[in-house]
Amino acid sequence: MNVVAVAAPPPVPLALMDVLQITLLVLVGAGATAVALIRSPVRQVIALSAYGLLLALLFLAFQAPDVTLSELCIGAVALPILLLLALAKVRRREE
Amino acid sequence: MTAAQRRWLFLAGAAGFAAFYLWGLTGLPGFGHYPGPYGDIINRIAVAQTNATGVVSAVNFEYRGFDTVAEEYILFVAAIGVSTVLRQLRGERERAARDEAVGRRVPPTSDAVRVLSLMLIGPTLVMGWFLASHAQTSPSGGFQGGVVLATSFILLYLAGEFLVFERVSPLDITDAVGAVGAGGFAAIGITAVGLGLAYLTNFLPLGSTPGAVSSSGTIALISFFVGLEVGAAFVLIVSELLEQTLLLRHRS
Amino acid sequence: MQVFPFIVVAWVLAVGLYGIVTSRHLIHQIVCLIVVQSSTYVLLLGIGYRRGAVAPYFSDIPVHTPAVDPVVQALALTDVVVEAAVTALLLSFAIQAHKRFGTLDPHELVQLKG
Repeated sequence: MNVVAVAAPPPVPLALMDVLQITLLVLVGAGATAVALIRSPVRQVIALSAYGLLLALLFLAFQAPDVTLSELCIGAVALPILLLLALAKVRRREE
Repeated sequence: MTAAQRRWLFLAGAAGFAAFYLWGLTGLPGFGHYPGPYGDIINRIAVAQTNATGVVSAVNFEYRGFDTVAEEYILFVAAIGVSTVLRQLRGERERAARDEAVGRRVPPTSDAVRVLSLMLIGPTLVMGWFLASHAQTSPSGGFQGGVVLATSFILLYLAGEFLVFERVSPLDITDAVGAVGAGGFAAIGITAVGLGLAYLTNFLPLGSTPGAVSSSGTIALISFFVGLEVGAAFVLIVSELLEQTLLLRHRS
Repeated sequence: MQVFPFIVVAWVLAVGLYGIVTSRHLIHQIVCLIVVQSSTYVLLLGIGYRRGAVAPYFSDIPVHTPAVDPVVQALALTDVVVEAAVTALLLSFAIQAHKRFGTLDPHELVQLKG
């Protein structure tokens, strides 16, 4: 293994990284607002899926690829499936 | 309490929270200036101590392994809770099923969705297996791998093959895999105790190359058991919910 | 940039709580709880982040490279998965409540109980 004390320069310039993080933070804030304020449960679930995707991108910008992977599987895929199944059950009884 | 009262109470609480939070922020180290010693210490010693190049997995399955056991059991208990709550419901259903939702049309799955889901099942399964078994090297581990494994079973349902989904994930086998996963983690810890070490001590040979698949001792093994448990728990949860919603599709 | 991520954390937490307080639907409430919980991930990762540092994976970089805190990442990572299982449990309670009482409106459910 190459043990060099000098750190390699970051692959993305710092200023660009800051811009990326701020953009994603703003998007996450807006996404959370949208998810919390949408009243129709089915639309809210779709918004939640998009919000999960935004969170995953933010975590990637925070140098946390493992949390990204976790959030991608759970927030963007597994949670919407669970919620839609529950909603299908509840709506069927309401019809 | 009326809705308006609730809202005002919340707004008052939120204002207080905002005040204290802003006050607290003045004492926090700024974003991007990580102060704590723990992360740096672990980053420095983890690779040499465990031969795992993925430090996050090393933390999860080694340094805070005891905590992760508890987290895994939260998952296990939640899955048991879901099936307990819903199974009681399933027994009651037999009477009510007939008069519910008469004449509802379930649209058939489109060919595009079917083909795409069937094509993705294989790669998803391989991906999940890879993630669950490569915790020591890459940003992966049992938690993510298990969910991806479960997703490949859910794709089967998406392809419109609910009967196949039921056949490849019968509840007994799913329960057994979950139990092996949950028990395996604890058993590794107890084996260490049996060898005269502390609970969850890494007692397997660490291998010679950091980051090799065979390296890192119990980290890889625990991650794999966690993958089994997480995958089984999610398949169990989804199939319980599916059975709630899909009884109708059987009948119509 | 010094405190902006933490302001976003507080905003996400507050807006999620607002959703819970004003909700008239149990499943809507559960989704808002997911939003509240997501603020903790951003907080944890925000605290562990170091400007210019890399992710804590030393497969192809030397061990001395400055890296972000792996401990908070490990916490957030398991939280995400456990959150999904807890959501599933809450959903099954919601289904059960709907089955028993025929409504998912928390206000009506409270009246039924009282």
